[in-house]
Amino acid sequence: MKVRILVSFKDSVLDPQGQTVKNALQTLGYGAVKEVRQGKVFELDLEGTTKKEADALVPEIARRVLANPIIEKFDWEILKGR
Amino acid sequence: MIDKQILDQHNLTEDEYRLIVDLIGKEPNLTELGIFSVMWSEHCGYKSSRVHLKKLPTEGKHVVQGPGENAGILDIGDGQVVVFKIESHNHPSYIEPYQGAATGVGGILRDIFTMGARPIAVLDSLRFGPPDDPKNRSVMEGVVSGIAGYGNSIGVPTVGGEVYFDPSYNLNPLVNVFCLGLADKDKIFLAKAEGAGNKVLYVGAKTGRDGIHGATMASAEFGKETEHKRPNVQVGDPFKEKLLLEACLEVMDRGLIVGIQDMGAAGLTCSTTEMAAKGGMGIDVDLDKVPQREVGMTPYEILLSESQERMLMVATPENVAAVQEVFAKWDLDALVIGEVVAGGRARISFKGEVVVDIPVDAVVNLCPAYTRPSVAPPPPPPPPAAPALDSLPLPADLGGTFLKLLASPTIADKEWVFRQYDHMVQVNTAFLPGADAALLRIKGSKKALAVTLDCNSLYTRLDPRTGARIAVAEACRNLACVGARPIGITNCLNFGNPEKPEVMGQFEQAVTGLAEACRTFGIPVTGGNVSFYNDTEGLSIHPTPVLGIVGILDDIRKAVSPGFKSAGDAVVLVGESFEELGGSEYLKVVHDLEAGAPPAIDLEQEKRNQEFLLEAINAGLVRSAHDLSEGGLAVALAESAFHGARQFGCEVDLDGPLRADALLFGESQSRIVVTCRRANAGRLLELAAARGVPVKAIGRTGGAEITIRQSGLELLRVPVETAFRIWKDSLPDFFKVRT
Amino acid sequence: MKFGVVQFPGSNCDFDTLHVLRHVMKRPTVLLWHKDHDLQGVGCVVLPGGFSYGDYLRSGAIARFSPLMQEVKAFARGGGRVLGICNGFQILLELGLLPGAMLRNKNLKFLCQHVHIRVENAGTDFTRAAKKGQVLRIPIAHFDGNYYAPARVLKDLERHRQVVFRYCDADGKITEEANVNGSLAAIAGIRNLEGNVLGLMPHPERASEALLGSEDGRTIFESLILSLERRTSSRRPARAKQARHD
Repeated sequence: MKVRILVSFKDSVLDPQGQTVKNALQTLGYGAVKEVRQGKVFELDLEGTTKKEADALVPEIARRVLANPIIEKFDWEILKGR
Repeated sequence: MIDKQILDQHNLTEDEYRLIVDLIGKEPNLTELGIFSVMWSEHCGYKSSRVHLKKLPTEGKHVVQGPGENAGILDIGDGQVVVFKIESHNHPSYIEPYQGAATGVGGILRDIFTMGARPIAVLDSLRFGPPDDPKNRSVMEGVVSGIAGYGNSIGVPTVGGEVYFDPSYNLNPLVNVFCLGLADKDKIFLAKAEGAGNKVLYVGAKTGRDGIHGATMASAEFGKETEHKRPNVQVGDPFKEKLLLEACLEVMDRGLIVGIQDMGAAGLTCSTTEMAAKGGMGIDVDLDKVPQREVGMTPYEILLSESQERMLMVATPENVAAVQEVFAKWDLDALVIGEVVAGGRARISFKGEVVVDIPVDAVVNLCPAYTRPSVAPPPPPPPPAAPALDSLPLPADLGGTFLKLLASPTIADKEWVFRQYDHMVQVNTAFLPGADAALLRIKGSKKALAVTLDCNSLYTRLDPRTGARIAVAEACRNLACVGARPIGITNCLNFGNPEKPEVMGQFEQAVTGLAEACRTFGIPVTGGNVSFYNDTEGLSIHPTPVLGIVGILDDIRKAVSPGFKSAGDAVVLVGESFEELGGSEYLKVVHDLEAGAPPAIDLEQEKRNQEFLLEAINAGLVRSAHDLSEGGLAVALAESAFHGARQFGCEVDLDGPLRADALLFGESQSRIVVTCRRANAGRLLELAAARGVPVKAIGRTGGAEITIRQSGLELLRVPVETAFRIWKDSLPDFFKVRT
Repeated sequence: MKFGVVQFPGSNCDFDTLHVLRHVMKRPTVLLWHKDHDLQGVGCVVLPGGFSYGDYLRSGAIARFSPLMQEVKAFARGGGRVLGICNGFQILLELGLLPGAMLRNKNLKFLCQHVHIRVENAGTDFTRAAKKGQVLRIPIAHFDGNYYAPARVLKDLERHRQVVFRYCDADGKITEEANVNGSLAAIAGIRNLEGNVLGLMPHPERASEALLGSEDGRTIFESLILSLERRTSSRRPARAKQARHD
């Protein structure tokens, strides 16, 4: 199965890259954009894993390796139909 | 079968095709045609340039390896050699500035360590359109980030270079990257495949579809991949290259391999055929053994792929296991993909069938060389320069003009650029970027290496031969200013479309000028690169022959750092000033003119001036030295003030009949501004007189202002702090985020 | 005493650090390969600067899982001296041997330049050859040197005098301009509670020879040598609460 994990900065952490993107978008005339947070997307290809196993495995991988818990949070989902 | 359309896609003429058929004794199949297409391309075959490059002097007592290998090699004594070269990555840097520049760095690094040398420094010569245009800023940001991203990550310091701005580079930025490495003289490796029965190993990253050009698209013969899956820009992986570098140096240090070549342009094709040809052998390769990161790759794709961070090695069968062990330690692939054979042919198989069977000599050594039609550029008007100086209005506010020049992007401070480069890793950098030349100490010895890149492309546009001579002269002068004498040169010749006679004329003249100057200074050309076709929409770049020069100091303690040292020192102007403003930055920035003849250059006098300077430095008489170039005397004095630790100014009294702007901003050649202790000024002047060098004590350092007078009349008086801020903030101001 | 410099794939300043320790400080120094399990009896482990694993994922995030780091962790828990320079500091943060994390420099660009740092705590094994308030001129070279810690962690650091260096101007004043990467509280280097582990972003090995512009970096190496060769009473550091890193 394929899972997608999104890692981004915690709300309390300043995200200067997100700020820069926001400024650029507003300069280009996209005034509707009020806030931008930048993050990282990881797509993992898991073999021989049940959904129940993934529920435990993916957060562990995310917490232990993919995200730095001091400054980052994560979200994840199983990708349908791939 | 092969028809005109296919030939066009492969950039081969019908004459070239007939020649190929003759040489190999049969009609080539598509894969074999692809091989000739890349190996006989301008980039790999140097078709338009070879006849002219023959004029360059390539021999010298320090030369261990001249042109023809991956890089040039010079003996620096104590059993050590320096390995260096300069390369361009111009077109990719316009398409994808970050990766174009990054992979340019990756490529030149491999050219150095493939010879057994650990790269110790990188310099870059960059040309962009003016930074007030957001597109040019974007290209510049990408290029600088790319060089930084790759160089910093792999741990090779970028210690210097130059950045020029001119509209002729708007659609054709130039990214020339120079690399220098250090090696033991008895541990050099060449790109030769020798010894029938020796194994050919592929090491490094897996092969993908990177960089395979449009030729493959049209042909139905090839895979069913759609375009979006085919990367047309290579993505560099500096981490992989760092591992590759360490693994290669380790197997070389242990003497486990016989030959090695990096896979750069034309990837596997180039490395296999070149290594075989150089060793006078043939080569058998099995493409099924090549590690691939994509599925369904055809032989054509595997052979022509330009995936980065790969090398080809030759080892005796007994050493293969040991080589593989080293690469395994660094987590890299190392696979036997073929064998060196007698017979001089490249036989390449795929899925059990021979898909390529051609003589390597034809591919590597028999690429035609053309003497393209050339038209000599119009002779420049003799000095004093035209436009007639009489018609040129003298600015009322010379102080304001001075500040305007300091703010001009080509002259302004480049810290915005070099702060992004790690210029200190490897702990050899004695002079930080901004000095006339980069200075690198050699650990365990008193010696130091000095390096600089130079080219004033406006001069070369106005008069290619003089411009090229000046480029060499200026490069040597910059070395002399830190106390180093030149020992070798590499060149990167950036020009427009060689099929245009005017461009060919420029090229011819530039190479002539280069050869003349190198002969006068006694410096061999150890190799280099030619980049043609730098033009878009009919607009060619200024002819830009960039030189990378290497010099040596026997005792680093004698090196002279830039900048005024103490107040009260004597300021001495070495060299003679003439009334010439042609091709000057002043003429361009203030009068919006790129016209006239470049300043005159007397190579013999230049040589005398430099040798005097070196002698004076050696005798301990010189406290600072800075050469005069863009912006002339006023700018050189300002820069010397800015580099001083305390940033005090100077007071200078000149005389003579030159008009004020020519005196202040003229770019007469062979001049250097030197400071020395008051007590030593006499000796310095005497030495100069004895050596036939015109010299004049013009003032002293000190105070908070830069004051320049002519015959008692004050031409300009500007506070150092004001001048410094303008010079420092100019470039960063262009890049401030606009909200 | 013997120093050990750990080598990861992608470390660049390993050879520089080795050079300074061996040829300038003239102490026996060995390279420790990241895949090994043997610290070879060194008195101090140095995690050098560079781009371990290309800084891919996050600086230091992958290196901290290297086999040798288990030994380094145990060594540190047992009171062994560990010095993390630049990427080394980042690895110590990822390992949890030091609290906090690194963010991208505030100007979003790589910065290579000389900076000044002020010694805030001269009582550590890494600074005892210096004086409190002393200003050192040492270069930085990093993209992600912007130190961050949650508010309560910062409070603890200040309370326990764990901040060892702060960015300052040439006169020792803490200013926004001097804090070029935007670090919280201008923090350039910190120690752990027990005082045997130090991480700093500037590169002292690049400021250990006058020829290259500054010798101020030697102070840190001299302090270590002083502390470890002194051999006074064997002080076992009080075992503090393990830093939470979940």
